[in-house]
Amino acid sequence: MEDLTPRITVQDAPEGRCALPQGRWTAAQLTLPGVWRGLAASLKVWRVAPPVAWDLRGLQRLDHLGAQVLWNHWGRQWPERLELLAPQRAVLERVARYAVAPPLRLRLSWSQRVDRLGAGVLEVLEHGRDLTRLIGQLALDLGRLLRAPHEGPWRDLSGHLYHIGARALPITAMVGFLIGVVLAYLTSQQLRQFGADTFIVNILGLGLIRELGPLLAAVLIAGRSGSAITAQIGVMRVTEELDAMRVMGIPRGFRLVLPRALALAVAMPLITVWTTVAALAGGMLAADLALGVTPEYFLHALPRAVKFANLTLALAKSAVFGVLIALIGCHFGLRVKPNTESLGQGTTASVVTSITMVILVDALFAVIFKNVGI
Amino acid sequence: MVEVSGLWTVFHTPGHDAVVHRDLDLTVRRGDVLSLVGGSGTGKTVLLRHMLGLTAPTRGSVMVLGRPAEQLGSRGAASRVGMLFQHGALFSAFSVLDNIAFALRELKTLPADLIRDAALLKLQMVGLDARHAHKMPAELSGGMVKRVALARALIMDPPLLLLDEPTAGLDPESADAFCGLLRSLHRELGLTVVMVTHDLDTLFELSTRVAVLADQHVVVHGTPQEVIAFNHPFIHDFFLGERGQRAMALLHERPPAG
Repeated sequence: MEDLTPRITVQDAPEGRCALPQGRWTAAQLTLPGVWRGLAASLKVWRVAPPVAWDLRGLQRLDHLGAQVLWNHWGRQWPERLELLAPQRAVLERVARYAVAPPLRLRLSWSQRVDRLGAGVLEVLEHGRDLTRLIGQLALDLGRLLRAPHEGPWRDLSGHLYHIGARALPITAMVGFLIGVVLAYLTSQQLRQFGADTFIVNILGLGLIRELGPLLAAVLIAGRSGSAITAQIGVMRVTEELDAMRVMGIPRGFRLVLPRALALAVAMPLITVWTTVAALAGGMLAADLALGVTPEYFLHALPRAVKFANLTLALAKSAVFGVLIALIGCHFGLRVKPNTESLGQGTTASVVTSITMVILVDALFAVIFKNVGI
Repeated sequence: MVEVSGLWTVFHTPGHDAVVHRDLDLTVRRGDVLSLVGGSGTGKTVLLRHMLGLTAPTRGSVMVLGRPAEQLGSRGAASRVGMLFQHGALFSAFSVLDNIAFALRELKTLPADLIRDAALLKLQMVGLDARHAHKMPAELSGGMVKRVALARALIMDPPLLLLDEPTAGLDPESADAFCGLLRSLHRELGLTVVMVTHDLDTLFELSTRVAVLADQHVVVHGTPQEVIAFNHPFIHDFFLGERGQRAMALLHERPPAG
């Protein structure tokens, strides 16, 4: 079989040494494992003792990469004596014409870095402004919906309710149940030391219904639906659907943001109840196994341990979380720039921001309502 | 180079099967510049995807460079087939230079400076200035995206180049430059090209062969002159309409490459 490996042989002629490149000087050959190392070694030898002439006519094939190798080896200039075929000359001439020093990557100066910091601060302020505007627009859209309910985007609303609410039931139930079990086991270890077994009902009841249920549900939904909202709206930006809506005079606040915010405001309290029930079931099971607190006693003691106000508080909190997740999701979705990288960043930022905001707002609720229901 | 025989493509959708290709045969020989033409939805792009091994045939076989098309995607595939996607399909996380150099760099056999030189060369070959090298794809205009994508397809000088609507979205001047580049690559490196195009100017300027897709198969495959002479309603509308007449005038002025 013919040897296709790119290589150089040398012929001694009366007028001096002549280098004869042979084989296929193509990208396919040059990138085979080990080929470059061999060729580079022989090129190095010929750089020390450069041949007088080059004859490329024995080459089986020469493409741009091969020509670039030769051109770089020649020190980016034509050798004094060169024999070659017309197509080879065309390729080499193209390489010669376009061989330029690579442009330097821009380095940031100190003043630019300071500017960048300032731009970062301004961007955070801009987020705040946009979010405020979104909330205002949502209030206006709600007003419009109340004035003319028959014009509302009800089909969208029911679709979102199904995807955000109904489809999230299995995962929230599973997570809630397991957290309930873990929490009950951990507290039972401590309570047993004090002989305060029955207080597990108070701890689980209050902790799950008032705090953990709404928070767990909100974190799960932020990860699941907040990201989906951002991605959906972001893709609409990438595919210019948002621009198309704008051109047709369709208000995106009313058509995109309102149905999602409403759906989450409705679905979130329901999911919270569902998650809390699952968590209590898990806790009840674990309490029975670990402490012998029977489910009958648990259910009997629960209403006395947890006042009704806690339930109202939890539901109100969840509705707020829901609207917050929807607004943050929409906000980041609408800010996506028309490229895929921005889409990824927007989705990440949306999830991180909504989870952080949920926890912040939860802390706020805890402070404001510290005298209610305890 | 490319041998499509007895190709059936059926897309299954619930309640309805869409037959895209019905017993389609097509042969592309070395050095051909083949244009695939046909109305919307006649499966031109799907046929290109078959040649790239991106879509599996329902029945029949697609051989590219003597191998089944599904086996193309192995190591060094960029040195066998180059593809220009309709919307460029640039990696948005990479700069222009990194996009072009990606295939070479991933092989990890060549030194970094040679790869950079090779990528810069390709960038300028498609008519872009080296100062665009560190831009991100999001900063480029549509025509520039297309040219970077072409540079990326050419990085390893593959013998077979597949182009999906290469000149759509280019201004006439860039389209001409594109044709010129392709013509000289075809001449110097013996490139084989299969392209889907609706641009009659490009078609007549570059094509040595034309294949017309209609009614789920290749209606006619031959030189541009042979195809025009063929009697089929689509060909009539496509080539002999007002636009077609203009391009035909061009054909008579200038014989195609090859």
